[in-house]
Amino acid sequence: MPVSFQKQRTKLIAALQGELDHHGAEEMRTEIDRRLRQDKPAALRLDFRRVTFMDSSGVGLVMGRYRLLRTWGGTLELSGMTGTVLRIMQLSGIDKIAAVLTEKGTKHETRSKHETGN
Amino acid sequence: MKPVQSMKLEIESRSVNEAFARAAVSAFAAQLDPTVEELADLRTAVSEAVTNCIVHAYRETVGRIYITASVYPDGMFSVKIRDKGCGIEDVVKAMEPLFTTLGGERAGLGFAVMESFSDSVRVRSAVGKGTVVTLYKRIRGRSDG
Repeated sequence: MPVSFQKQRTKLIAALQGELDHHGAEEMRTEIDRRLRQDKPAALRLDFRRVTFMDSSGVGLVMGRYRLLRTWGGTLELSGMTGTVLRIMQLSGIDKIAAVLTEKGTKHETRSKHETGN
Repeated sequence: MKPVQSMKLEIESRSVNEAFARAAVSAFAAQLDPTVEELADLRTAVSEAVTNCIVHAYRETVGRIYITASVYPDGMFSVKIRDKGCGIEDVVKAMEPLFTTLGGERAGLGFAVMESFSDSVRVRSAVGKGTVVTLYKRIRGRSDG
């Protein structure tokens, strides 16, 4: 199974596993949406720790789940992103619609370009 | 410049082949002794180009995707991804970040990611005839330190 779920009070945690390309994203989307429609959680956390590959299909997956969550006012957070996954997410400006969590589960301080110089 | 050698691959535009295409290209690039990061970049860029063929060029149909990867003497690596699909009406617009004709599950970032993960991207397209995307990436390799 490419997604495993865990419930933390009103928060649903979906741990993604494997390759998140256009092919993998469709399978993950089906599983996540089935669970989302059933639970209607106040918050969804997508955990990328066990994603072994990701392209821009991962951004599409996040954007699509954000739209669905919004229909009942749910919020979205992303965790476990490193390397290429993090680079693509930063390129997309995804932090405008989702909270990006660092390893310890705290909110990630996204630095804008002019701050990285020093 | 003439390539030292090249390889050709022809696949059907099925999403299950995305993983195969990027793995095949990355295995061919291994002879340049790339770093883990260079290989990851290459896989990501190839995946975007192949996905475009599947979701745009051949939208509701299945067509063939032609991939040519070449190694050049100066360490340059190129991957040409060609389709005989619908073509792109406005290439400049198609390459704008967040522009997509599909909406919903597609972010409109395919070309932005290709550009970010390779050294340069060349796109030639003709409506009704198809599209050729060529990715160039210099492989510095692990021997450089």
